[in-house]
Amino acid sequence: MSKKTEEHGVDLRGTLISVFFVGIVIIAMWVAVYLMYVAR
Amino acid sequence: MHLHKYEKIWLAFGVAALVVFLSVVGVSAFSHDHTPAGGMETIDPKKVNETAPFDKPGVTQLDDNTYQVAVVSMAFGYNAPELKVPAGKEIIFKVTSTDVVHSFTIDNTKVNLMVVPGQITTKSYTFEKPGKYLILCNEYCGTGHHLMYNEIEVY
Amino acid sequence: MIAAKDRKIALWNIGVAYTAFLIGTLCGLLQVFIRNDALQLPAWLDYYQILTAHGVLLALIYTAFFIFGFFVTGMSKTLGTFGPKVWLFSWIGFWVTLAGTVLATIMIVSGEASVLYTFYAPLKASGWYYVGLALYVVGTWISSFALIAHYLVWRKAHKGEMSPLFAFMTIATLVLWLIACLGVVATVLFQYIPWAFGWTDTINVELSRSLFWYFGHPLVYFWLLPAYMAWYLIVPKLLGVKVFSDSLARLSFVLFILFSIPVGFHHQLTEPGISNFWKFLQVVLTFMVIVPSLMTAFSMFATFETSGRKKGAKGLFGWFAMLPWKDVRFTSIFIAMAFFIPGGAGGIINASFQLNEVVHNTLWIVGHFHITVGTPVAMTFMGMTFWLIPYLTGRKFTKSMQTLGFVQIITWSIGMLLMSTAQHVLGLLGAPRRTAYSSYNNHPAALEWFDGILTSHVTMAIGGSILFISAMMLMYIVVMTMFLSPKAEKPEDIVEFPLADSDRESSPKFLENWKIWIGIAFALILIAYAIPLSSMIQHAPPGSEGLKTW
Ligand code: HEM
Ligand SMILES: [Cu+2]
Ligand SMILES: [Cu+2]
Repeated sequence: MSKKTEEHGVDLRGTLISVFFVGIVIIAMWVAVYLMYVAR
Repeated sequence: MHLHKYEKIWLAFGVAALVVFLSVVGVSAFSHDHTPAGGMETIDPKKVNETAPFDKPGVTQLDDNTYQVAVVSMAFGYNAPELKVPAGKEIIFKVTSTDVVHSFTIDNTKVNLMVVPGQITTKSYTFEKPGKYLILCNEYCGTGHHLMYNEIEVY
Repeated sequence: MIAAKDRKIALWNIGVAYTAFLIGTLCGLLQVFIRNDALQLPAWLDYYQILTAHGVLLALIYTAFFIFGFFVTGMSKTLGTFGPKVWLFSWIGFWVTLAGTVLATIMIVSGEASVLYTFYAPLKASGWYYVGLALYVVGTWISSFALIAHYLVWRKAHKGEMSPLFAFMTIATLVLWLIACLGVVATVLFQYIPWAFGWTDTINVELSRSLFWYFGHPLVYFWLLPAYMAWYLIVPKLLGVKVFSDSLARLSFVLFILFSIPVGFHHQLTEPGISNFWKFLQVVLTFMVIVPSLMTAFSMFATFETSGRKKGAKGLFGWFAMLPWKDVRFTSIFIAMAFFIPGGAGGIINASFQLNEVVHNTLWIVGHFHITVGTPVAMTFMGMTFWLIPYLTGRKFTKSMQTLGFVQIITWSIGMLLMSTAQHVLGLLGAPRRTAYSSYNNHPAALEWFDGILTSHVTMAIGGSILFISAMMLMYIVVMTMFLSPKAEKPEDIVEFPLADSDRESSPKFLENWKIWIGIAFALILIAYAIPLSSMIQHAPPGSEGLKTW
């Protein structure tokens, strides 16, 4: 196990990646509709 | 209250994304005139047909590059004869209702506005491609709501 | 198990919820078939009448009754058995809400109220429809005050203590609801009822819309927060861990109270009568309310990962396989959460000021709320139903019921995936919502929408049919666990209320200082609404007379 975060004593790397996946979905959908808006 | 280091990273990223979204729409809206439809003008819903510009609905040329289109919505149709406008010119739509709430929505454009009795909704739009565009009502207005449509020709 | 007297209140609430669910989903099935011209209605029945029933029964009735059933159970469990007054007022609240529901439903069925659940003036329903809605709200208020009184009694007896997280979240949700309802009560009582009964001639339309949406947005948070409660409190228990962070959970609920109310204009972005400044201000406030949901997303994944790692999961995603996938109580909620990712993302798009013009009142919106309230919230409620009813009736949740539960949530997911994806795409193409079948006189543009495989009329109908079958399986489970399943006699058969512990002692006290939060909430409401609403009153055009256009 590499770097553990001291404070909580738990390794939350998977969580970080997962929430960033959520972030990517949000950004991708938003940009897609924004581009549709601009194109109209 | 204690935040995990990764939660701080995530929230910073999330908030930054939201700030970017808001800035993009804010700047585009307020400095490039891309605000959504709206307007503060009011009208007596019972006297629409006597009040300019709705006494003569349809297309009027305002100047070389600007046209105005006045539309009266009612259950279940639009009163706007001879809807023909040029491409590449600014078209200012002014829409009101004589009865209930409707929408005035032109397919495949940014024109998608609510029509509220007592109010005049304004939206400016420039068509790029000529063609015949479908106009429809997408706010429920009664039994014939899905039969409420029209067409605008862009030349 | 909680006291039998309290269980009865909860069970009656849940019973009404599922009666509404049964009728509401049947309407949904009819809608998808009418929309694709496969079904002709008899003359006495109208598409918009069915749609009104669908919206009212599922969005207002199913949700509210289920939520109160859940709250009553949880409050009795965490704070103790209801005292006689709390018990009495919980019943009065229930009956008043039910009376309002029945009255409004009768008006819809009799064709006097085909105005949809948003009842926009100047469409004028029978005055009794609005009376029904008012009774519904008043009933929920009585139930809310009963639960708040129960909480206050507990706090008096436990001076200086932080309340259990379940109670805190319940009170936060109820505070949000009480403040939200002020808008709809104001418009129904002072605008609609006098006008519908003919005591006044006209109505200020723009004001009524704005008061409705002052209520309409926090309404969606009234649905969402109880689902979040299950995510924060039930899920960790199923995973064998504690709540990830008691203080952050409380903070996120506080933020919901503050920012979910002064944002209603984001439903009115494309209409006149509100200046761009006020629209944009409320757009900014809307974006603030996304933050507590971002916090929730983190807490959820952290709960999963913590529990997996405790069980010895390795690597970055080893914890994922360790989740209790065979437990339908968990899997249902997990799927609910997954649906909320695109659901929440869609909400950000809807609120993005001028981007709203792309989606406003198109089928995209219908897709959107079926993957927010229609699945994340509804499927969380389904997942809770699997244990809540057996817990309250003392019956078994048998092996075959568990299997059926899995089939039910999987079919719901498939049906919803088909229906909502089709709706999202159709909406982006321009197809309108709230419309019976129409080809707009075979206009090429309209025909084109339905040309794709995903966007064909068939996809939505298949999705809707699968959903309805799934709904009927759920009804079977509900009836069985309510009345017919064998009683749980052996200890291992007894169904429990899975509620996780949280470190409430470590949370700062100010989080439970309601005076501060309610004060700030009202301050924000005043900032966002005082000026635009007063200008709507001062500069009002001549009002509108009511019309019955159906
Ligand atoms: C059997 C499952 C369901 C089916 C087949 C279904 C289908 C539909 C369809 C086709 C529409 C759009 C009609 C239109 O705009 O013309 C609709 C609207 C709606 N649905 Fe559902 N739905 C289902 C379940 C749910 C659930 C569980 C909820 C919420 C808890 C829900 C809430 C709504 C709401 C609020 C509307 C909007 C009504 C309006 O526009 O006034 N639906 N549904
Ligand atoms: Cu209409
Ligand atoms: Cu909203």
